[in-house]
Amino acid sequence: MTEETRKVAFICSKGDLDMAYPALVMGWAALGNGIDVTIFFTFWGMDMIRKSRQDHLEIAPLANTAMKMSMMGVKGADNAGIPNILGMLPGMTAFATKLMKDKMKTLGVPPIGEYLQMMVDGGAKLYACKMSVDMMDLKKEDFVDGVIDIVTASDFMDMTAGAQIIFI
Amino acid sequence: MATKTIATKTIQVNEEGFMTNPAEWTKEIAIELAKEEGIAELTAAHWKVIEFCRKEGTASGKAPTLRQITSGAGVTTKEMFALFPKGPAKKVAHISGLGKPEGCV
Repeated sequence: MTEETRKVAFICSKGDLDMAYPALVMGWAALGNGIDVTIFFTFWGMDMIRKSRQDHLEIAPLANTAMKMSMMGVKGADNAGIPNILGMLPGMTAFATKLMKDKMKTLGVPPIGEYLQMMVDGGAKLYACKMSVDMMDLKKEDFVDGVIDIVTASDFMDMTAGAQIIFI
Repeated sequence: MATKTIATKTIQVNEEGFMTNPAEWTKEIAIELAKEEGIAELTAAHWKVIEFCRKEGTASGKAPTLRQITSGAGVTTKEMFALFPKGPAKKVAHISGLGKPEGCV
């Protein structure tokens, strides 16, 4: 093939469990289609690559209008929401997180760390955002091995010339 | 349904070039399909993966995904991208005479 390699870049800015997966799923699909993948982790998105945080991402039912009782195992309750007063109870976030993790496991979806390692092995390039790193007093050692470097927004723009950029 | 002649045999293929009848597949066809994918020579490591995919594919009727290959055939993700660069699961499915792999992981 002589055509130029397509490039996709993801900006991960969220540290919630459900918001970690879009870049992983799409990025993995991109690699599987021979597309070049770069991921830039900024702000809370850095939790996806922090050694101490990576396995502890959560999903909160509080003020999440899309999360319904049916997701908590109540059948046929597609439109019955989880009352915020329940969502604020201690343990509810842990409960919702466990449900999501269990579901992912049954579907064979790997946890974040393993998923990212697969992507690195497949050639994805991971970078952390310099400004966020400085704000949160982090160092390169705080990140998992696959992270290549801590770079500025300007560096990211340079390295993703010609790429399609997806902000999550 | 389109057909094409390869390695002296006529095979049925879909619009993306994937074989639609896995029973028509032979090792000679695989060698030719690999060339189409830019793999000049199939080594023992390639064959190990192809044989795994043939076994899985003929048993389930579906081409295995990359993760199913790495966990089932004893190859790493890194090795898969080295053996079949740029889209390993898709390439090996094509070479193995199977359809395009379905599923997201």
